[in-house]
Amino acid sequence: MASPLEQFEISPIVPIQLGSVDVSFTNSSLWMVITVVVAGGTLAIAAGRGAMVPGRLQSIGELLYEFIAGLIKETIGAEGRKYFPIIFTIFVFVLTGNLLGMVPYSFTFTSHIIVTFAMAIVIFIAVTILGFARHGTHFFAFFVPPGTPLIMYPMIPIEILSYLSRPISLAVRLFANMMAGHILLKVIAGFVAAMGVFGILPLALVVALTGLEIIIAFLQAYVFTILTCLYINDSIKLH
Amino acid sequence: MDFDSAKLIAAGLAVIGVIGSGIGIGMIFSSFISAVGRNPAAADDVRAMTFIGFALVEALALFALVIAFLILFGIQPGA
Repeated sequence: MASPLEQFEISPIVPIQLGSVDVSFTNSSLWMVITVVVAGGTLAIAAGRGAMVPGRLQSIGELLYEFIAGLIKETIGAEGRKYFPIIFTIFVFVLTGNLLGMVPYSFTFTSHIIVTFAMAIVIFIAVTILGFARHGTHFFAFFVPPGTPLIMYPMIPIEILSYLSRPISLAVRLFANMMAGHILLKVIAGFVAAMGVFGILPLALVVALTGLEIIIAFLQAYVFTILTCLYINDSIKLH
Repeated sequence: MDFDSAKLIAAGLAVIGVIGSGIGIGMIFSSFISAVGRNPAAADDVRAMTFIGFALVEALALFALVIAFLILFGIQPGA
């Protein structure tokens, strides 16, 4: 009986060694390339014709654009427009990665903590540098909101700790949702064959769970993106 | 107590933390339903916040689950 964790194994497809560092092209890298090609290709075709009355594919592209533009306007406001490309990229990359992971026999690269942590730590460092670039050392006023009574000052270490835990929570949220979802699907699917005729019940459950997992794929991409927008908003506006 | 039994008991204890998330998600959707019941026109405005809140609370349940997995599959004997 295979373990449900075997689906997360990273196996090299093209082994490449740079000295003592293993930079092989793995199945994780392959699915990242497939994600970029699928997402980029779909959006390129959607934007290709530029018709005044959009066809179906162009509508999808426009809906996606409007969705993210509305998100940025709600959270950051007018000066958030310059961050639109990175936010849009994050959303489309995570969403397409999550959805492609639902395809049978594929590999969900967002279900690895190293992938999500790499994205989260880069976002965190970029947002912190943005805060320092815009406000200088006045950025530390973020931890002491204006109008704090003196007795609340011991809260500052707690505030700093909660700020430093942002990349970890951002990364673990996405990784754990994806990993737990796929493990659950594997475990229940394992019961289908084992139960013979009554395997129809776990099969119905797998169908329902697959629907739930697709909703979670959208939701987790949305939450990752909106939290990034909120962190950018915190850095720009300091409260 | 031998190592494997200790791992299993520890993983079981770690997952108890998911109770908090169950209560939290129930509270979020209960207030969503009350809000929509009182003011159906506000449904779309409140819905976005509901789903963000749900994802944030669910993340905590998954932190507990990740600790359970780390205990079950991440510790080697003698570590």
